[in-house]
Amino acid sequence: MLSIPTLIGVSILIFFFMRILPGDVVDAMVTDETGALVFTDEQVESIEESLGLNRPLHIQYLGWMKDVVTGDLGYSFWTKVSVGEHVRRRAPMTLEIAGLSLIISWIIGLPVGILAAINRNSTKDYISRGVVILFLAIPSFYAALGFLIFFVLLFTWRPPVEVIFFWQNPIQSLYVALPAAVAIGTGMAAVVARMARSSILEVIREDYVRTAKSKGLTKRTIINRHVLKNALIPVITISGLQFGNLLSGAIAVEAALSIPGLGALLAQGLADRDWMIIQNLVLIFAFLFILINLLVDIIYSLIDPRIRYD
Amino acid sequence: MKSKYKLLDVKNLRTAFNVEGKDVTVVNDISFNLSPGEIVGLVGESGCGKSVTALSLMGLVPDPPGKILGGEIFLEGKDLLKFSESDMEKVRGKEMGMIFQEPMTSLNPVLTIGKQITEILELHQDMSSKEAINEAIELLKLVGLTDPELRINDYPHKLSGGQRQRIMIAIALSCKPKILIADEPTTALDVTIQAQILELIQKLSNELGTSVILITHNLGILARYAHKINVMYAGHLIESGTTDQIFYNPKHPYTAGLLNSVPRLDLDPNIELPTIKGEVPNLAEFNEGCIFKARCPNPTNDCKDGKSEMGLIEVEPGHLVDKCCINCK
Amino acid sequence: MTNLLKNPLTFFSIIILSILLILAIFPSQIAPMDPQKANYDALRSPPSRDHIMGTDYVGRDIASRVIYGVRTTLIIAFSAVILSKTIGFAWGLASGYFGGWFDLVTQRIVEIMLSIPSLILALLLLASLGSGKITVIIAIAVGGIAGTVRIIRSSVLSIKNMPYVEAAKAMGVHPIIIISRHIAPQCTAPLLVVASASLGSAIFAEAALSFLGLGITPNEPTWGSMMAVVAENYLRPLWWIAVFPGIALTLTIMAFNLIGDELRDRLDPKLKGEIKD
Repeated sequence: MLSIPTLIGVSILIFFFMRILPGDVVDAMVTDETGALVFTDEQVESIEESLGLNRPLHIQYLGWMKDVVTGDLGYSFWTKVSVGEHVRRRAPMTLEIAGLSLIISWIIGLPVGILAAINRNSTKDYISRGVVILFLAIPSFYAALGFLIFFVLLFTWRPPVEVIFFWQNPIQSLYVALPAAVAIGTGMAAVVARMARSSILEVIREDYVRTAKSKGLTKRTIINRHVLKNALIPVITISGLQFGNLLSGAIAVEAALSIPGLGALLAQGLADRDWMIIQNLVLIFAFLFILINLLVDIIYSLIDPRIRYD
Repeated sequence: MKSKYKLLDVKNLRTAFNVEGKDVTVVNDISFNLSPGEIVGLVGESGCGKSVTALSLMGLVPDPPGKILGGEIFLEGKDLLKFSESDMEKVRGKEMGMIFQEPMTSLNPVLTIGKQITEILELHQDMSSKEAINEAIELLKLVGLTDPELRINDYPHKLSGGQRQRIMIAIALSCKPKILIADEPTTALDVTIQAQILELIQKLSNELGTSVILITHNLGILARYAHKINVMYAGHLIESGTTDQIFYNPKHPYTAGLLNSVPRLDLDPNIELPTIKGEVPNLAEFNEGCIFKARCPNPTNDCKDGKSEMGLIEVEPGHLVDKCCINCK
Repeated sequence: MTNLLKNPLTFFSIIILSILLILAIFPSQIAPMDPQKANYDALRSPPSRDHIMGTDYVGRDIASRVIYGVRTTLIIAFSAVILSKTIGFAWGLASGYFGGWFDLVTQRIVEIMLSIPSLILALLLLASLGSGKITVIIAIAVGGIAGTVRIIRSSVLSIKNMPYVEAAKAMGVHPIIIISRHIAPQCTAPLLVVASASLGSAIFAEAALSFLGLGITPNEPTWGSMMAVVAENYLRPLWWIAVFPGIALTLTIMAFNLIGDELRDRLDPKLKGEIKD
């Protein structure tokens, strides 16, 4: 499976960007905005030692890898809470948002795309393409901010800031996740709609659809049985690729809505220059992305019989 | 055996395609007919409009950009061009079946062979799924596929072009239609397989009594299998007759040219192959007179000026030729 | 060229882009006030006749800040895209043409880089390089390199085996000349397509980065940082500080997306025609 070497490569890349690039790792932590040191030299040295920064680079990398593999994600420098603990508390919420966004993107995007394709070049088609173009352009964090402003101003709503696990209280949990999921999901729905439309239009032109028509099958049967299955294949692929955007979007959206998820954790870690958090969280995000794409490949092979025999 | 009853009577069919804003007539005033049990050939070079004619009969012309401008297609006395879409759905597959040129892309890659056959049986014959599967197996045996019980569950990509074309024939004939339209069924296949497929079509036509419209650019095929031949050029029907009449007594210079240009073993190898001078006219720009005027070996002055009219006249019983080129000869 | 304008969407996006260009080049002539000037008499005021988009917490005119933001956004986005496409183009050409271990290594690197979402990669880079205009440009650019390399490389692979390239090689033409004369020109179409798509995401990236507080210095007006201010004070949101920059951001991204679509529609079918040969 190609993913494991890729993941190792990703970890090396992350390590490279963080240690080898100019800019001392500790510098950013120990200086304030004006560049003045806020710690004494000895303190700086002891920080460096505690982070293991005075060991040779490859030892640092291997040490990190060993820790990750054994599940030790280190400790946040500022809050002293284990990163693993942070992740355990926050991952479910982000995954919930991700899952909900995906569902929303399909529930909205597919019907819009299919309708637009079937009613090609009609008014319905033009309107939906216009709407799609608009939603493709709206940044997810802007949409999230928009909801926030709207609900706070009009309904004196306060966004919930607690972590509520799905298994504890599903309704409440979804309630927390929904605004973020809608903000991200509508953008993704636009991508799905557009891909579905163009994919269906392409499939309709295929020879086998003409064969189906020559059998005397009704338009509805042709669409449902012959067109959709083939047309959905690229849509699934693109949903998988969009997952990367979903994760990135989650960072900004969670920050906008003060949702205690992984994205907000990363945003906080970046602002604080908390290396343990940054390093390990980016690795987790990459891992999730690779995982999803693997899943897409599997689904792909289930739907398209041509792939199975490879 | 073969009656004079016209099962299919096509009259003055005209179909056009919209190319860059202009309507170009690619099937121009085509008339021919088909009797029960007959195999009628439709021959012409690539782009002459024979495939579009076939699609027009089935109502499969993509709209847009294509549309049928006029004419009548009488199937057992009823004009198909006046049928609604749902009426046509009852004709397709049941009264008329069609097989296409590209067997490699004509089957749906994500459905099993069995499904693609049973769906037409369940639609028109009202069979249960079990009955349909059994019938499908029988059909595959009929078209000469080995291990039909296994093939039923296969996906198209596992089969060769020849096998897929046999399946297409099985599908097209599954509901015992009165007419089979075979649009260049062997063009994309190996020569050895070509003969097998054509033999199969002829055999099934005899066994089931199905009439066949055999579309090809290969006159040799028609010599062997067709009872009647219609020659098309640039959207026009320029000659029509029995196979013997066409091969032994071609009246149109184009037909004669086609026959002459077939390489023959008994000709002197040192002599250049005869060709027809000139090129097929661009239909988007052509406007008046005889469609063949640029390539006619002996055009009259009227014809060269674009003043001659086209139209079929009978030169002997059952043998029709376009009148302009008769005059020019 | 004239039927470019027939499509209403393309027409609309060209208008928007022209407006943006004018705003970027002449902000001082168009903006009603100095974007940095604090008007103490009109703190936190909603849209009014004096300030059509309102003012922020220190009384700065939002409309002017939005207008000045155009230049910042466009400069950063264009610089990032030019940087990443140049590197990606050269790398993709070399990797596709020369093959061998260089190509193998390239493919692995591309695969790895594409496993990290580009925004996250940019965040990572910014964390180590620190904030500032140049580092933001570099951070955004790095995210766009891998995709470009992949697309250009596959274009090169399909052209490389054409008979005329083999003929040139047989005649002993220097690889650099073969690449620049025979291969590179046919890769410009996919390059343009990928570049125009990247512009939209570069603009989004810049805004997201400023929104998260990692963009260029906080004093220069950027749309993202303006929206961040409202996010921080969400309990009493001064909606105009976020809504107007957001509209500007959406329109800008939309315009670039539409132009990108138009380019892709025009170039893709022709591209297929060229390579099929």
